Amino acid sequence: MSSKLFVDLKGRDIYILDMFKICRFGMPLLTFAVFLVLTDTTWASDPSVNGVSSWFDVLTLPTLIISIIAIAIVLYTSHAAKSGKQFKIREIPGLKAVEEAVGRATEMGSPILFTPGWGGDIQRPTTIASMNILSTVAEKTAQYDCRLIYPTHDPVIMAVAQEVIREGYTTAGHSDRYNADDIFYISSSQFGYAAAVDGIISRTKPASVFLLGTFEAESLILAETANSIGAIQIAGTDSTIQLSFFIVACDYTLIGEELFAASGYLSNNKEILSSVRAQDIIKILIAAFVVTAIIWATVDPSSTWWRY
Amino acid sequence: MRQRLPLIVCFLAGSVMFLQYFSPHPAARWIYNSILDWWQIIFAFTLLVGIAAFIKTNLRSISRGKETPYKLVSLAGLALMPILALFGGIKIDSPFLWTFENVIAPMQATVFSLLAFFVASASFRGFRARNIQAAILLGTALIVLIGRIPIAEMLSDWFPKVTFWVQNYPSMSARRAILIGIGLGSMTTSLRVILGIERTYLRGD
Repeated sequence: MSSKLFVDLKGRDIYILDMFKICRFGMPLLTFAVFLVLTDTTWASDPSVNGVSSWFDVLTLPTLIISIIAIAIVLYTSHAAKSGKQFKIREIPGLKAVEEAVGRATEMGSPILFTPGWGGDIQRPTTIASMNILSTVAEKTAQYDCRLIYPTHDPVIMAVAQEVIREGYTTAGHSDRYNADDIFYISSSQFGYAAAVDGIISRTKPASVFLLGTFEAESLILAETANSIGAIQIAGTDSTIQLSFFIVACDYTLIGEELFAASGYLSNNKEILSSVRAQDIIKILIAAFVVTAIIWATVDPSSTWWRY
Repeated sequence: MRQRLPLIVCFLAGSVMFLQYFSPHPAARWIYNSILDWWQIIFAFTLLVGIAAFIKTNLRSISRGKETPYKLVSLAGLALMPILALFGGIKIDSPFLWTFENVIAPMQATVFSLLAFFVASASFRGFRARNIQAAILLGTALIVLIGRIPIAEMLSDWFPKVTFWVQNYPSMSARRAILIGIGLGSMTTSLRVILGIERTYLRGD
């Protein structure tokens, strides 16, 4: 996928240069934008603008340090993946069932319904993660010639989903099977959206339902309706409250980071898998910090350095 | 260039939004607010696209004779509210507000109230003591349910105390573990998009 952007340096593909190539164009623009802002006299007349402290909020320093560490770990694991290091990911039942869900719908001659929930917009990582799974689902539905219905509450998500699904159909070599009318905007109203999706589920009776994205109170309404028609359900969200509903009502639930690991798992792309590895390394560091803080606080109850 | 331009825009937007978080400077605030304004403009245009797609899909279904009554109601609803707002205004006692309060709000409340029945049916299915773990879950759920009602204290002091402990220790620690995973997942997903590793949103490889 990214090979077009790779730069061959002394006979070796170096991943970081892939990003540098983007940065080569991006950084001058970024620098120019910063220059424009800095030289704008509007800020000079502002009394709150005074010295370096006005440019950096010291209270955010711990966040900045943690962010830099996280970025460094992601870059390191990406580089390691490019250098040939293999990363394995444990089996995730919810993602393994994607093939089964599409196959079931094909056998039954029923459509598949995929919805990203009402709670999020395209900026949310959960929505982006759901788009990654949608891409794989679209590819499989194109291969099996199965109808894919995608109702959404957000027109921006609709536009992105149309692109993702069209791309999935093109990758599968069946762009003629793509139907833009099946990816549609319903309503921005929470329960208007829930009622409409419920109606679609009741009338079209999809064999498989994917509830992946940001869900709020509509989660159980949709999951229970899909359950009532006997659809196989794969769900995942970032809300711990809605996760408990999904665990009860759905066949497979992607819990926590499983939703975000989906694109690496489904595509087996080693660059994406490397970022999942980075996630694990950061998690180990957090666990080590928590254990150290517990021991420290037990030995010295007056200590506060670990609090933020 | 078809791929590179969106990647550069994504890198720039992501980097600027990341950097502005650390700065209290008015310039940083201005950039942040400007990007939010742009977002609103993009949303407004895509809303038009969404509504056009909604009308097109519904009209096509009507012309094919598929689910005609539902589609007619949808289109009527879409047309009615702007017409009422345009000709009657949106003040108190306007037809728009009357319709909102007496038609839309009760319909939304009706759908929301379905949740109570769905919770009951999902709980009935979920809390079956099929094995030891499920039995523990069932027992814990019963204690927490009883502990959250006012009569629990009259029955025994033990119920509220156990409920508090379950919610604040085992349940909270599990939730925090999931939240840490979600936080890290969100962060690495964002980094993947900003650095151009994740390109699902781009058309064409």
